[in-house]
Amino acid sequence: MILFDREKLYADRILALDDKGRSVTYGQFNAFSGELYRKTGGKKLIFILCENTIESLLGYLGCLKTGIVPLMLDSHIHPSLLNGLIREYHPEFLYAPEACMGKIEDGEVIWHTGGYCLCRRNEKLPPSLFSQLSLLLTTSGSTGSPKLVRQSGDNIDANAQSIASYLEINENERPVTTLPMNYTYGLSIINSHVLMGCTLLLTTYGVLEPSFWEFARKNKAASLGGVPYTYQILKRIGFMDMDLPDLKTITQAGGRLPPGLHKEFALYAKRTNRKLFVMYGQTEATARMGYLPAAKSLEKCGSMGIAIPGGRFWLEDEQGGVITKPDVSGELVYQGKNVALGYACSKDDLIKPDEWKGVLHTGDIASRDSDGYYYITGRKKRFIKVSGSRVNLDEVERLLKEQYEGIDFACVGSDDKLVIFTDHLIPEAGEDILEYLYRVTGIGSRAAAVKRVDLIPKNESGKTLYKKLETTADNRE
Amino acid sequence: MTNLEKYDQLFIKDLRVKKEDLEELKYRGIRTWDSMGHMDLVTDLEETFDIHLNTADVMNFSSYEKGKEVLKKYGVNI
Repeated sequence: MILFDREKLYADRILALDDKGRSVTYGQFNAFSGELYRKTGGKKLIFILCENTIESLLGYLGCLKTGIVPLMLDSHIHPSLLNGLIREYHPEFLYAPEACMGKIEDGEVIWHTGGYCLCRRNEKLPPSLFSQLSLLLTTSGSTGSPKLVRQSGDNIDANAQSIASYLEINENERPVTTLPMNYTYGLSIINSHVLMGCTLLLTTYGVLEPSFWEFARKNKAASLGGVPYTYQILKRIGFMDMDLPDLKTITQAGGRLPPGLHKEFALYAKRTNRKLFVMYGQTEATARMGYLPAAKSLEKCGSMGIAIPGGRFWLEDEQGGVITKPDVSGELVYQGKNVALGYACSKDDLIKPDEWKGVLHTGDIASRDSDGYYYITGRKKRFIKVSGSRVNLDEVERLLKEQYEGIDFACVGSDDKLVIFTDHLIPEAGEDILEYLYRVTGIGSRAAAVKRVDLIPKNESGKTLYKKLETTADNRE
Repeated sequence: MTNLEKYDQLFIKDLRVKKEDLEELKYRGIRTWDSMGHMDLVTDLEETFDIHLNTADVMNFSSYEKGKEVLKKYGVNI
């Protein structure tokens, strides 16, 4: 991969520093990759349980470099969801923090490295993997959905090069981690900086902990990224008044930043001579598709920008015709080398070739102004975002129906506001449902509500009539 | 309700914990006390006690016990 092309030139350079004072060089990473390859034997499926530590980073990059195909998962994933994915995809290896070993039902530890273990499963039916498949990411991680996005090495290279170019990343950049490694935005920060031979600052602390800021300051963090929710927290904890002399760039993705917050941070960036990049992307396009140039962040406040270098946007109407007039809404379509290969819903899909061929219908509804800047105005697909991560509404329904046999559920909502309709007869069941939802998915009661209805409205073929459901419920209140 | 009772109730509601576990609670020590849980808790504490925590204290509020010290600065004795 191009990602590692220049790595030999960087051998002595530090790849990553962590919050325990440890570091690892690009040369040491190279040695780690060789060892990982010897232990696994190359192109196999592996699950990585991620955290922002050196071992997790080495595992991820080591896989990309040697052709092992990882599925990236949150180390906090609920054991039942993890084991569901294992049963679906039959990985031969797992790479996880020692503390997570209790979640893994079978497997023999064949390598202890730092705080991580490489585990081999006695897998009799491993999946066949498409030659260009390099990485798997979840589409709705918190619900344990088996629907994955298949990415190639070329996808990752193309996106990393494009990002490094528009963010003008040079070898002296030092991003500090604020996002998990199993999340496409977190990975894109890693990829675009590794490409340029930068040093990554890895921390398991979050922005709400003084230790995070001590670490960032001490190690001269030059950039950080956040989802809209991160920006709300940053505002509340007085980020705009913090003394961070080395910070040059802040980036935002993972959902639409409310225009008010966008403006406040754009003004902050202008006042402090920093750059704010509001960006747009999806896992289906490896990560990034659009960005708002920092110089336009005030003038085009509320916009998600233009296509990244090497990519192209257009809008389509409901009949699939291209919309050429400005300020007309349509589905946003993207074309570029970073458009992933396709989805996988089961083990047998991992052998599938490139199905999307560089074109992605994003499912987002957008309009374009007369200067060519895009604004997201809605969404076609049935998902919402909760603190920046996608939650598939159909998957939530599936989880609830499995848990509560014989009871019907229908989920609707908007970002950070999931509404669960149920025909559950017991009025107090709402608490129990929210408790279960939280335990399994981590979606908290602030972001979810349960509403009782006598009957979930359906059409003749049994499909839920979501629009009718919403109007019925409104009338009842 | 006493201030202590109100204080405890907010933890129990926002972080979904049992009363007997309160004393040991630390930020990120349990899954529910993550950044979202923390912001919920801070918002509710501010509403309940009619105060506004300054930015440093939002971060200093790092455990159940530490929170009592923080609130004391705002004249709320738990």
